[in-house]
Amino acid sequence: MAQVDQSVQQQDAGKEHRQLIWKTFWILLGVTALEFLVAFTIPHEFKVLRISIFVAMTIVKAFYIVSEFMHLRYEVKMLVWSIMIPLIFVVWLVIALLVEGAAIFSIRVF
Amino acid sequence: MANTAAVAEETGKRGLWDGGQSPFRASYGKLMMWFFLLSDAFTFSSLLIAYGLIRYSYPAYEGSVSDFTFSQEYWPIPEKVFEAVPFLHGIELPLVFVGIMTFILIMSSVTMVLAVEAGHRMDKLAVEKWMLWTILGGITFLGCQAWEWGHFIHGSEQGGMMADGSIFYGANLTMNQYGPPLFADLFFFITGFHGFHVFSGVFLNVLIFYNVVVGTYQRRGHYEMVEKVGLYWHFVDLVWVFVFTFFYLV
Repeated sequence: MAQVDQSVQQQDAGKEHRQLIWKTFWILLGVTALEFLVAFTIPHEFKVLRISIFVAMTIVKAFYIVSEFMHLRYEVKMLVWSIMIPLIFVVWLVIALLVEGAAIFSIRVF
Repeated sequence: MANTAAVAEETGKRGLWDGGQSPFRASYGKLMMWFFLLSDAFTFSSLLIAYGLIRYSYPAYEGSVSDFTFSQEYWPIPEKVFEAVPFLHGIELPLVFVGIMTFILIMSSVTMVLAVEAGHRMDKLAVEKWMLWTILGGITFLGCQAWEWGHFIHGSEQGGMMADGSIFYGANLTMNQYGPPLFADLFFFITGFHGFHVFSGVFLNVLIFYNVVVGTYQRRGHYEMVEKVGLYWHFVDLVWVFVFTFFYLV
């Protein structure tokens, strides 16, 4: 009897988890749809606005994939930080190379 | 009573790093998968940031979007390059096909996480079902990418004018009708490297699927291998999210 209860309980717990998975899926789909909307409604002249929205939405999507699908949210804090902190180098490289790109553009002869 | 208190005190004092347990509360294999993915994230970041650097060092198209034509002088607007859909020849549908590909990959990520969830319940049949859907999604994505590469390489009917005034159709590593040759090079390198990851992911998924079917993990008592390969598969999806934004949208 106790075993039956346990398996029923396990099924229920699984059901909750599955609901969370589908909820995450709808969020990802919604954000992607929104990106398309922005791509075709906000004119190309508003370059900075477009790019900021795209980058923000990408980070939102990345957050949901990593935290829910890859389960990182439920791991030990030390593991979360071991993965997240090294990504500072990526931020550094973005800044360094975009500055470099602008410098190349300014001295380039066409 | 005193005994249980002593035990509680002892376990209470024993910190995560005092030995006797994994301080990350994760198995060796899972931990190494995470660190591998971190290193892979650096590789993909470098590729995408190199795209940013090169794009930034080229002039952007200044005129209105409706008058846009391909030129060697400036970087193309991606949605003007990627506007073809299979079976709908000649109709301009910017970003529709890549949207479908994005949907397929997100969907296969969902089926993968459902396989992992089924594994937690030791539900062998459900793991088989969801793994199979994931593999199917991966193969479909690869097929889409093959079509997109084919289309990109063959080019549009108008072609594009090269610096010497001749017309060139499509793109390869040195000539590109859509814009500067580096645009095509980056397209091949970035989507190619991602596609290769998808291909490896499908291969790993098939391997794990085989083990699930023959009951290896049922006998082992847990489906952690499905979790590990799932991590890799989600990472591939994650990279696509970034490629989609920085290559196709921005």
